[in-house]
Amino acid sequence: MAEPLIVARQLVKRFGEFTAVDGIDVEVQPGEAFGFLGPNGAGKSSTMRMIGCVSPVTSGTLRLFGMDPATHGSQIRARIGVVPQLDTLDVEMSVQENLWIYGRFFDLPRAEAKRRAAELLEFAQLTDRAGSVVENLSGGMKRRLSIARSLINNPELLLLDEPTTGLDPQARHVLWDRLYRLKQQGVTLVLTTHYMDEAEQLCDRLVVMDQGRIVAEGSPRDLIERYSTREVLELRFSAGTNSDSITGVHGIGDRQELLPDRVLVYAHDGEAALAEAHARGLQPESALVRRASLEDVFLLLTGRSLAD
Amino acid sequence: MDAPVHTPGTAAAVHHRRTPGALRVLSWHLAAYRRLWKVNVLASFGQPLLYLLGLGVGVGALVDKNTGSSEVLGSSSYVAFVVPGLLVTTAMALAAGESMWPVMGGLKWHRGYHGIAATPLEARDIVLGHGAWMAVRCGLATGAVAVVLAVFPDTRSWGLAPSVLVSMLVGVSFAMPIMAFSVGSEYDGAFAGIQRFVIIPLFLFGGAFYPLSQLPAAVQWVAKVAPLWHGVVVARGFTSGNVDWTGVAGHLSFVALWAVAGTAITIRRLRGKLYP
Repeated sequence: MAEPLIVARQLVKRFGEFTAVDGIDVEVQPGEAFGFLGPNGAGKSSTMRMIGCVSPVTSGTLRLFGMDPATHGSQIRARIGVVPQLDTLDVEMSVQENLWIYGRFFDLPRAEAKRRAAELLEFAQLTDRAGSVVENLSGGMKRRLSIARSLINNPELLLLDEPTTGLDPQARHVLWDRLYRLKQQGVTLVLTTHYMDEAEQLCDRLVVMDQGRIVAEGSPRDLIERYSTREVLELRFSAGTNSDSITGVHGIGDRQELLPDRVLVYAHDGEAALAEAHARGLQPESALVRRASLEDVFLLLTGRSLAD
Repeated sequence: MDAPVHTPGTAAAVHHRRTPGALRVLSWHLAAYRRLWKVNVLASFGQPLLYLLGLGVGVGALVDKNTGSSEVLGSSSYVAFVVPGLLVTTAMALAAGESMWPVMGGLKWHRGYHGIAATPLEARDIVLGHGAWMAVRCGLATGAVAVVLAVFPDTRSWGLAPSVLVSMLVGVSFAMPIMAFSVGSEYDGAFAGIQRFVIIPLFLFGGAFYPLSQLPAAVQWVAKVAPLWHGVVVARGFTSGNVDWTGVAGHLSFVALWAVAGTAITIRRLRGKLYP
């Protein structure tokens, strides 16, 4: 097996008294799409910033391409691309100027930067907006430009911190498609997200983080199989009776979960669980049987839903 | 469209260039400036020339009639006396303004500094790049004014050229300490205070428009702590043709000290902000 691109051992990040990352172990192989999944404040972004060599490690070891960020930050950053949570685009410059100038930071020769920029504009589907000032672009376009810009140096590793947060569903799908292409071209992707569907779509492997620690690791399918039942029955009861209904479903399926707006029943066979609920005389306003998702895994592992 | 845009890792192999980081950052500033320069140049021309007209012609007519004034002014006309002060204060005001809001913008608003920090460049390159940019920017602004001044016989002098260089250095000597302040500031509220309580008083009491000897001794000392007066004295030496090279070396070293100290503090502070 090839040497891992990223190796973290007992990685810790503290800000004063606050521990943002509390001793995590991570390995990412070349060509992998790896995800950090967790709610806000779980320590995902702090971890990403350490990997991006823009935040010193408090303790533990971190190596990228076998190098230590503390001593080789600049050399490592030359080989990675970063799409930060907040765009850092030059909003007063045009789309193509943003790419050219970012190439300058990597000391690309001018002609090379222009050639790369033209390719990346095609890739990001922004060619017809090449001369537009960034300020006037939509959120999705800005995000695509951020990704294009992060690729100007042909990075071996691309870090994406919540790449689709705040985008509408269509813009998200366009972005996923672009990231999927990169993955096919052999780029190692490391991303954070608090969207389950994003993690399921993009990640070969992921870790679930909660309060600075890793609480589970595996492929999306692994995690669902390991921590959840195959199907989930969602029951909605009329307002105010939701919390009383949990006693009614007790014993149906493997496990029951009370959420503020609905009751979840984890069962191998969702339809059978629904039939049993009806047989007990329960009268939910609506009922839905669905396949288990990472959201359910997260709920089980942390006792909280990701939306919190 | 579907051709691979990406061959990971080829960039590192392709180039072995080593352009200094500060110059890469400078080209970023220049690229941004290209969109603004027309408006900017007009402003950089207009303001000093208005001052020159108002002070030089209006006040100058009065001053030059006043017996004894030529002794205090070193036997030059008032307009010729004011010219170097005008160049150097122009650089001061410009560099101060450009090292406040734009610096905070780079850290907090458009966050361009964070974008740069994710590349092989680091805090030192951003700070030195800003310094280089301020030198260029002050050179452009005062150079343009100097060109206009060279048209009129009263203000024409070979000393205008070295005075532009002095203005660039003074600009940087204000830019760097103010950048250090801006990097350390949480809000932009304090910037108006710097303008009001540092830049405008120095403009009025820094020896640009009348000799410092006209002021009480205590005020003179305060003015001499800042780099402005030192730059004005040197530039005035050049435009009047009375150059005292020992004095030039002493004054410019003092000005440079401000620039170097400001740079060192800014690099340390910015590192803390960009790489927490």
